[in-house]
Parts: sequence; structure tokens; C-alpha cells
Amino acid sequence: MQLWLIPILPLAGFVINGLFGRRFSKSVINAVAIGSVLLSFAWVLKTLLGLSPLDSGYIEHYFTWIQSGSINIGCDFAVDRLTAVMLLVVTGIGSLIHIYSVGYMAHEGGYYRFFAYMNLFMFFMLVLVLAANYLLLFVGWEGVGLCSYLLIGFYFTKKFATDAGNKAFIVNRIGDFGFSLGMFLIFVTFGSLDFGNVFHQAPGASTAVLTKIGLLLLVGACGKSAQLPLYVWLPDAMAGPTPVSALIHAATMVTAGVYMMARSWPILVNAPVAMDTMAVIGIATAFFAASIGLVQNDIKKVFAYSTVSQLGYMFVGVGCGAFSAGIWHLMTHAFFKALLFLGAGSVIHALSGEQDLRNMGGLRSKIRWTFLTMMCAAVAIAGIPPFSGFFSKDAILLAAYHHAPWMYWLGVVTAGMTAFYVFRAMFLTFFGTYRGHGHPHESPPVMWVPLAILAVLSLIGGLIFKIPDFLQAFFHAPEPPKDESLMMISVASGVIGILIAWFVYIAKPAMADSLASTFKWLYTPLYNKYYVDEIYDAMVVKPLVGGSRWVLWKGADAGLIDGSVNGVGALAQKVGGVLRLLQSGNIRSYATWVLFGSVLAIVAMAIASTLPLGGIQ
Amino acid sequence: MMTQVPISWFLTLSAVLFALGVAGFLFRRNIITVFMSIELMLNAVNLSFITFSYHHQSINGHLFAFFVMVVAAAEAAVGLAIILTIFKNRQTLTIDEIDSMKN
Repeated sequence: MQLWLIPILPLAGFVINGLFGRRFSKSVINAVAIGSVLLSFAWVLKTLLGLSPLDSGYIEHYFTWIQSGSINIGCDFAVDRLTAVMLLVVTGIGSLIHIYSVGYMAHEGGYYRFFAYMNLFMFFMLVLVLAANYLLLFVGWEGVGLCSYLLIGFYFTKKFATDAGNKAFIVNRIGDFGFSLGMFLIFVTFGSLDFGNVFHQAPGASTAVLTKIGLLLLVGACGKSAQLPLYVWLPDAMAGPTPVSALIHAATMVTAGVYMMARSWPILVNAPVAMDTMAVIGIATAFFAASIGLVQNDIKKVFAYSTVSQLGYMFVGVGCGAFSAGIWHLMTHAFFKALLFLGAGSVIHALSGEQDLRNMGGLRSKIRWTFLTMMCAAVAIAGIPPFSGFFSKDAILLAAYHHAPWMYWLGVVTAGMTAFYVFRAMFLTFFGTYRGHGHPHESPPVMWVPLAILAVLSLIGGLIFKIPDFLQAFFHAPEPPKDESLMMISVASGVIGILIAWFVYIAKPAMADSLASTFKWLYTPLYNKYYVDEIYDAMVVKPLVGGSRWVLWKGADAGLIDGSVNGVGALAQKVGGVLRLLQSGNIRSYATWVLFGSVLAIVAMAIASTLPLGGIQ
Repeated sequence: MMTQVPISWFLTLSAVLFALGVAGFLFRRNIITVFMSIELMLNAVNLSFITFSYHHQSINGHLFAFFVMVVAAAEAAVGLAIILTIFKNRQTLTIDEIDSMKN
């Protein structure tokens, strides 16, 4: 089925735009960048139609990549039902965001560079999704990390953007370290990295080893999917252009961790401790990030913390054994969060760069399309039936209830907070009176048409894409029984969140500030994001920098290594300085030394001859 | 046979001559004088060789003396040539000024 065409097309786009884009006109760049991704999307559709109903996996072997001793790693692509979902999400959402970017990036410098990086990202993401073994998946995994770094630091003349890029890259290294160790352990245990081979043997391995593998893979997933305690890079990643935030840091790349864990389900189901850990991390992250999102004033920061929080839900789903629910939420989240980010981008575009919610307001009549489409995303993420977020979140919460009821209740509270912060952002942006100074203008159709498509998907995505049914045959996981009352509670929580937001920001606009000052003890740590960045700075960064500076640089390098090298040089110089006094060039002083030496030799001989041993005769 | 001159007299003379040579070598500045002092030392040593040779009735000392004289002749030829060249180049024969090896 020529699966290789799917990633190669965006790669070709990257090569063409990256090498020659500087000389191309914008329309040529657009044609190459968008065309390659659309072709890739079309090829995905054709492939999936050709392979349907896709009951078993389909593998294509291209060549042996690494053959050394017992290591045999092929460059293999595979398609199964899980991959199918991911392929559609990545290429579908990717195409829409590429189209949107034409409008958003129209006035930005580095136009060709942006699209080249975006295409490169698509390539790596598709490799990640299509890979049929862990190592090839890791190639894609690192590649998307690279593109994330490049695109976060897209405005490379701004210090905060390059800092954010570095932060994302470095924090992800911690996760990748765990992932690498997990892969080593998989190889040592099973003698292979092929998914098929490993998962076939997984049920026979000991629980202790599988738990170790699961936990190590979880470390990797926590880095990539921005979970506690490695989530700190994602909010900062908003320094990149908004389409990047939508594509990489909301819809696709950050879900790679969830995908990888779901892919490893045969390992996880035999490692209950790893799954419990995953669920706990997920629900803790969901709650923690949502609480920060309640009070942020930067519209992109609100959605960034929302993304962290929603990724936490996906972790809960996978960790509770509801793999299909996690993937379902991954898909619906891709719809509505991409839409929220693109909508935020449209608002920012309309206000010529303004991102602060306090300088917005009353925009609903001025940018009507953006308002309507973002509203669709807001009701979807708030979990209002029958929109997409409701179904997937409900499926996750149901699984959480059957796993551990306290997770369900924490999840319900988080759902309320989610509804609150999203509608707070909506109300502050679109309702009330306009508090800014510029003249807002609606975005061009090239921007709002993708928004409209995503809005439709956000509204009906949960109804038409029944992922759990589709993946039932893949995961073989038992579905928890439906429970209407649990569903009602979580919906009620979302509605209450919306109502509180409406009450605080529309009905009594002055109330927000008075609440903030009344609950200052709560507001201040939330506003400052629990001081996590400061804590990391004090506990990790400062000791590392200080240790590097004072111990490694000044101590070991400048003191020990330079000191010993310079010391040897100085010693030779000093010894030479003393010795060179002998080489005065003065013949008479030489003669004196000769005389001195002769006398010494004669005296020595004289003394030696008197010794009882005989000595020198 | 004339009265036997004690061997110590010869050796004392040799030592005095050698000491004079050393002193001349150390304290004179003119390179020619220094050169002559070296010759003096060589000949003082020759005297010692002959004395011991005579005293021990052995030919070895004589042979050494001849060796030294041959070497001294050769050395005188080379040494004087060097001294001439130095004087040509530097217009001086003061030994303290010939110190370009320094540093």
C-alpha cells in the first residue's frame, strides 16, 4: 500500500521549501507545504479505505536498519486500528492548521522557514505513528521534539522564545532518558524491539520486569505529554507562533506520550503498578493544571494549562485500562483544543498581537466567525452533551470510577474547573465592553474556514467517531458498564462551572477582583503557578549552574586540570631558570665549575680510598 | 749518578705549575693568556706522567706524555685558528665579552 508515501510527502515539502523557499514566492511555498500535507492526508484515506476493515495489523518491511549480533531492527511501517485513528488526526488536523497558517503567518518574517519546519514536523509525527518498532518510534519521537524546539524558538531574536525552546528541549531529555532505559530493558527482556514480537511475549514475562518497563516508558510519556512533574515546558512553549501551539502543543505531538502508552498496552495490562502510577499522575496533573488555568490572564497560557490538564485526563483513561477512552479523548481534544488555539490565534491576529485577556472584551460582534467557532470548542471541552468532549471525558470518568472512586470525584471537580476557565476566557474575550485600543478586524476566510471545519468536528466528533467501538477489537479491554447517574454528575459539574463563570464575569463583573482579593491566600499561589518554576529554579537549575560554575569550572577545570597543566609548565620554567644560571656563557665560570668538580672528585676518591671497604683505587 | 732528586720535588713542581695554569685560566682575561695557561696545565700533567713513569720504571707514562703533546699540538692549531676568527669577527680578545651563548 506504499505506506512510506505518507511521511515522505511532507519530508519532500520540507526539503523543497527548506532549500529553495527563500527564493520562492508565497504562493509557491503555500502550494508545496499545504499540497504535500493534503496529499499525505489523501494517501492516508486511500490506504485506510484499501485496508478496511483493518481487523488485523498490516506491516510493510522496507529494509533492515540495524543488524548487529542479536539486534535486528528493521525500518518497518505498520497500520492497525490505533494507527488509523492517529494518522487521520495528525494528517487531518495538520492539513487544517497548515491552511490556517497561510493567513496567520502572512505578515511574519521567515515564512518559508515556518512551513519547512511544519512539514518536517509532519514527517516525524507520521514516522512516530507508523513505526512498527520502538526504535523507529523513538526516531519520530525525537524528531518531533526537534521540530517543537525549532518552532517554539521560531522568533529567535526574542530571548524568551529561545529560552522556552531550550526549556522544552532540556525537560524532554529527562523523559527521553527514561524512555531509552525502557527500550533497553525491553530489548534485554524480549530480545527484540518489534511491537509484534514484544507484545506477543509480554504476557509471559515477570510482573516485576514489566512494571519496571512500564514505569520507564511512563517517564518518557510524562516528558512528552507534559505531565507532573515534567509539565513545565508546555506553558512556556506558547512563545511559538499560535498555529504551532495548536498543531504541536495541543493536537498532536504532546499526545505522543498517550499514544505510546496506549500502544504498549500488552505490557501495561500485566503491570498494574505502572498503570496505577499513570492514572494517579494523570488525575493529579489534570487537577493541578486546571487550577492554575483558572486565574491566568494570557489567553494562550489559559489554553496551555488546559492542554496539560486534558492530557492528564487521557493519562487517567489509559492508566485505568480504558485505552480506547484515552485515545478517544486524544481525538476529540485534538479537535476542540486545536480550535481553541487557532481561535485564540485569530483573536490575537485581530488585535495585532494582544494576548492579555484584560485588554480584550466585547469582541463577539467584531469577529463573529471566530466567536462562533470558539464557542463550539468551549461547549465541547466543557463536556456539554452531545458535543465531542462530553463523550470522551465521560468514558474516561466512568473508567476512573470503576478503578478508584476518588479519581472520579477529582475528575468531576476538574471538569467543573475546566468549564469555568474556558468560559472565563470566552467571556473576557468576547463579552462585556472592549478594553483594548486597536481596531479589531475579522480574520480572512483562509483562517476561519479551517476554524469552521474544526467547529463542526468539535460539535459532532463524539457522535460520529465512536472510537471505543472501533478500537474494541484492538485493545480487547472490557468496557465498564454505563452509569447514567455518574454521567449526570459530571455534566452538572461542567454546567456549574459555566454558570459560575457567567455569574462572576458577566452578571457581576466587579466580583472577580473582589473574589481575588478575598481569597488572596489561594489566588496568589495559583496566579504564580504554585511557584513551580521558581522551585525548580532553586532546586535544580541553581544548584546545577552553581555546581557547574564553582565545582566543575572554577574547581575541576580551572583549578585541577588547568592548574596541573600550568603547574607542570611553571615547574619546568622554574627548574630551567635555576639551571640556566649555570649556562652563563662566561668561560671562566665554566672553568670554575670544572675545577670545583675536579676537586670534589679528588676529595671523594681520597675519602673513598681511606674507607675499609677499599673504595676506588 | 747524581744525587737522587726526591720524587716529591718533581710532583710538587708539577702541582705548582698546574695550579699556576689553573689560576691563569681562571683569572686572566686575555684569551691568548688563557690559552697559554691551558698549555701550562697540560705540561704540568706531562711532568707528573714522566715522573711516575721514571719512578715505576714503566713506559706507559712516556706514551701518555707523547699522546698529550700530540693532542696539545693539534689543539694549539685549532685553538689559535678559533682565536684568530674570533678576533676578526669581534675585534676583541677579552674573554668576558665572548658570551653570545648566554640566554
